[in-house]
Formats: sequence, structure tokens, C-alpha cells
Amino acid sequence: MTTATSATLASPVRRSVRPSAKIFRPARLGIYAFLVSAALFFLVPLYVMGITSIKPMDEIRMGNIFAFPVALTFEPWATAWSSACTGLQCNGISVGFWNSMRILVPSLVLSVFLGSLNGYALAFWRVKWANWAFSILMLGAFIPYPVMLYPLVRMFASVNMFQSIPNIVLIHTVFGMPIMTLLFRNYYAGLPIELFKAARIDGGGFWRIYFNLMVPMSLPIFVVATIMQTTGIWNDFILGLIFAGRDNYPITVQLNNIINSTQGEKIYNVNMAATLLTSMVPLVVYFVSGRWFVRGIAAGAVKG
Amino acid sequence: MSNVSIRDLRIAYGKTTILEGLNLDIQAGEFVVLLGPSGCGKSTLLHSIAGLIDVTDGQIEIAGVDVTWADPKDRGIGMVFQSYALYPTMTVERNLSFGLRISGMPKPEIAKRVDNAARMLQLTPLLQRKPAHLSGGQRQRVAIGRALVREAKVFLLDEPLSNLDAKLRAELRRELKQLHFDLGATMIYVTHDQIEAMTLATRMAVMRDGKIQQLDAPEHVYAKPANMFVAGFLGSPSMNFVRGQLRTESGRVHFDSSAFRADVTDYAFAKAPASGQPAVLGIRPEHLQVVAPSAMHHAQATLGLIELMGAYKIAWLDAQGTQLALQTEPQSTLVSGTQVHLAMDLTQLSLFDATSESRL
Repeated sequence: MTTATSATLASPVRRSVRPSAKIFRPARLGIYAFLVSAALFFLVPLYVMGITSIKPMDEIRMGNIFAFPVALTFEPWATAWSSACTGLQCNGISVGFWNSMRILVPSLVLSVFLGSLNGYALAFWRVKWANWAFSILMLGAFIPYPVMLYPLVRMFASVNMFQSIPNIVLIHTVFGMPIMTLLFRNYYAGLPIELFKAARIDGGGFWRIYFNLMVPMSLPIFVVATIMQTTGIWNDFILGLIFAGRDNYPITVQLNNIINSTQGEKIYNVNMAATLLTSMVPLVVYFVSGRWFVRGIAAGAVKG
Repeated sequence: MSNVSIRDLRIAYGKTTILEGLNLDIQAGEFVVLLGPSGCGKSTLLHSIAGLIDVTDGQIEIAGVDVTWADPKDRGIGMVFQSYALYPTMTVERNLSFGLRISGMPKPEIAKRVDNAARMLQLTPLLQRKPAHLSGGQRQRVAIGRALVREAKVFLLDEPLSNLDAKLRAELRRELKQLHFDLGATMIYVTHDQIEAMTLATRMAVMRDGKIQQLDAPEHVYAKPANMFVAGFLGSPSMNFVRGQLRTESGRVHFDSSAFRADVTDYAFAKAPASGQPAVLGIRPEHLQVVAPSAMHHAQATLGLIELMGAYKIAWLDAQGTQLALQTEPQSTLVSGTQVHLAMDLTQLSLFDATSESRL
């Protein structure tokens, strides 16, 4: 008797059925309801800002903040960029934008480079007191900024560096060091140590292993670090206000000056446009690189 | 090709001592395998020869030069790791040439060496691939190639086959042996796999707790283990141990236990045994056999489980509380639960001191 006939003789087996994937189960509906309301909570203010920034003032005065513009205008954006008044000067927020860029680029390069170097040295080279140095660095991350402000002001003033671009760049680099070091150290500590040992046997020194092996391997974490530092430095207000100096105020300080300088009525559409312009850099960064950012948080960073 | 000599090596981390007073002399061209259970210090020893672990005390010489404090790159060594440790962002070719490029070797010379190594290890078609696109066996070949292009005088291999599946492991093991034969380089190989140790070594060092228990040719270590640890570590199933005592009667020496009786007069004692001295008799499963009840026998036992291994069968026996393994032909018709008589090959047994556990 062949196996085929024996199979037909046996009583038919009831096949198990894969449960159909129901999208609209109650639990699902609850999740969607929550997600939609959360999205609305954050998107509605953004919508109001966007819509207000392209309305003429007459329409804004009517008070329908959700209404679509009747006479669409991009005038407020142009004004906010190039001719809004920040105190006595009326050159718009573009001044602050370029100031912020001049602060951001060197601070970003320095802090990411030094952070990765620190992380690499701590993870692979057995430096004496390395763990102590790392602990102290981490401790620094938990002391609130305001405690350090006045001593820092005095220190920089005494070496004639106070309120200059190098001053604010140095401040951002130093304050970025704990989180950058932690980020890179954790990443490098996750790599197999044999890789480093093999490179040592191949004759690699400190810099050679760093540039030829570690940097190419850690590009993802460099992206994450760049995102974190860009948003952090761009959004900074208090450090820029204190250490950058009057000529180098970053965009956040300029925005505050535009919005708070009252000459007659509040020009809501220009204010909204200026605010959107200010948040454009972090917004673009988030939209372009959200995936990387989540990875960075998962990689052991603690700051959002 | 060069010799390696280790003098009074001591390695300690804080208060934990890993190696203490270790001496080891390796001749040029030897294939020495360091064998032992995990945590016995074999990897530490290898890494200290490589210069990746700082020595607390003692000296390491390679080719007659004291390299105790030399940089890893200046020791003339190549190393292969268990995890391959290939540089993931570089192609196979750049992996192979990394060390040479660092040393500033002229490009034609680099190309020649990489080509040679690739041909030797059948890597030529893979030169432009990244490690992520290689199989485990190919990755390990690249790792070996990295040591090869450096024209290392001493190859250090740290469990290089442990991450491979059984079939590949056997294949690459043979290739390694062939490579050693072709190059004639000195090789030091760390493993916890006794088969690898037996097949590859010209001499093997069995280690335990940071000490070398026995250093000798594999066949000698297998046949005449220096102590019960070495005897039990090598062989699968491991050597059978029977506790008993030695009795001297009218010029003949007998081993006595509740289950076993044997005349061991012809055993090569290191020094004459005392009568009544407690001893442990060790006999490998392949030197034990079932005999007819009428024939000369040394013990009786009850048959337990019988395992078929393909080329042979392992029978487990109970001899008055002592568990024994016995190797027999696959055709044998032993039946579980029956009572059998056992005979030992008296020329192959080992005797150990019951307290010091070392060979008598």
C-alpha cells in the first residue's frame, strides 16, 4: 500500500485556519484614536502659525484663526527675513540666521570631532584614570547651566574672550562634550575589541586606527551626533544671549527681539513667519533624518 | 620561522593572578596547541605573546629577541581571532593590505603579497568584496591571509575555528595543517577542542588554572597522560577511572578494587609502588573489551545504554557502582541489562596516585 492511498483512507484532517487580520478591532480603534488626537494636538498650532503667516493683518484682526486666507500674501515672510525690526535695527531675522550659522558650524564640527575622539580613547585605549575622567565629565552633565554661568562670564572676561564667536563656540563645545562622549563611547564599546587588537597587530597607532578604521565604521553615529548637536545649538537661547555678544546674537535671540519689540500693534503674520523661519533648520533636520534620530536615542543618548 | 621562548611569565590583574611562573619553549616551525577548558589562561598567554596584554613579570623572546615590552607590530607576528575581526568597511583586498599600507611598503610589493596570499587561500575571486558578503569560512580565510601577507614569523591563532559549523571546521582544519606544512612557520594555536589539538599539533600543552599540565606530542599526551586532569580532558568518552589500591605480593604488583583485579607488574612505574598504596586505574574505552566468561577477565559488569556512533559503538557499563564506557565494533550484538565479563589491554592502562592525581 502506498502512502498516497493510506492518506485518503484516513479521516480528513481539519485544517487550522489563520486568523484574519482585523484592522478595526476595538483595541486597534483605541490606538488610532490616540494617535490621531496626539497628531492633531501638535499639528493644529503649526497649522495656525502657517496660515496666519500668509494672511494680511486685516484678516487676522477679524479673529478667525482657523480660516483660510482670502488675499494670500507672502509679504510677511519677506519682511520677517529681511526688514523686521530687532530693537533699533531693521534688517530682519536673516542677520540672526547667518549669526547662528557662524556659531553652529564650528561648534558642531569641534564638539562632534572631540566627542568621538574622547569616546574612542575611552573605549579602546587603557588610559590611566580614564574612568574617573569619564565620571567627572558625566557629573558635569547633571549640573544645571545657570550655576556655571557667572563663573564662566568672569573666566572669559579675564582672558578678553567674553562675547565673541570663539567664546560661544567654546561654550557649546564644552557643554556638548558629556553627551557626545557618552554617545560615541557607548557605540565604540559595542564593537568587538578584537577589531582593535587586529589593527594594533597590523601596526595601527592611535590616529591611524581612529581615522582609517573607527571613523568609517561609525558614520551612523556621526549622523546621530550631528543631528543632536545641530538642534541643540540652533535652539539655544540663554548661552547665545550671554556669550555671543551684541553683534553675533543667534537667531533665537533675534526672534525674541522681533516679537518683543512693540511699536504699536503686534504684527502677528510677520512674527509667525519669523518663528517658522527660526525653527526651519531643526524642522528640516528632523524630517530628513527622523530614522537616524530614533536610532541615536536607542543608542544610549538621554537627551531628546 | 622562529622560536618562541617564555620565561617565568606572570600575569595578574590587580589581585587575581592568571599566569604564574610559566615557562614554555617553542622551536622554530613547530605547531604548538594550547588546550584547556575556558578560563585556564590559554588565551591570556597567547595575547601576551602578541603584546596585547601587559606582562606583570617575566620575559618573552621571539627569534632570540626580548620582545616583552615591544609593540605588537614589531614582534613579527600575525594573529587570527575567533571573531575574524575583519575591518567591515574595507574590501578583502584592503583588509589584507591594511598592515602593509601602514608600514609604507611600495605598492607593487603590496600587490604581489596580496596576490600570493589570495591564491594560497583561494580568495582571488573575492578580493573586491566586503566582509559582510563572505561566508564564515571565507571570512576566516581572509583573517588568516592577513597574517600571511605580513610574512609573520610566528602565527598566533585564537580559537580560529570555533565560530564555524562542524563540517567547515573539519575542512579549514585540514587547510590550516596544509598551510603549516607549506609555510613551515611557527604556529601557536589556542583551542578548547581536543580534536583540533590532536589533529593539528606537533606538540600540545594542556593547561589548567594558569599552569601547563603536560607538554608533549599529542599521541604521547593521549597514551600517557601526566595526571588525571589531562587523562580526563582528552578522549571522548573520557578515560574510565577505577579507584582501588596496589598490592605487592612475591615480586608481582596487583591492582585491586571491588570490581577489578589486574596484574600490573609490567606497568612502567616511575618509582616502585608501596604495597597497599591507594591508586586510580585509568583505561580508555577502546582498550576495554567484552570477553567470553571462560576467558581471562579483569571484571564483571552490567550493560546499560548502547550508543551507535557510526564507525563504532559505545556501551555504558556498571561495574559495582563504577560507571565505565567501552568502545566496540558496530556489528557487536551486546544487549542492555545483561551481565558481561571485561578484559583490559594491560599495555595501555594508566595508573595515578589517588591523592596527588599524578601519574605513577
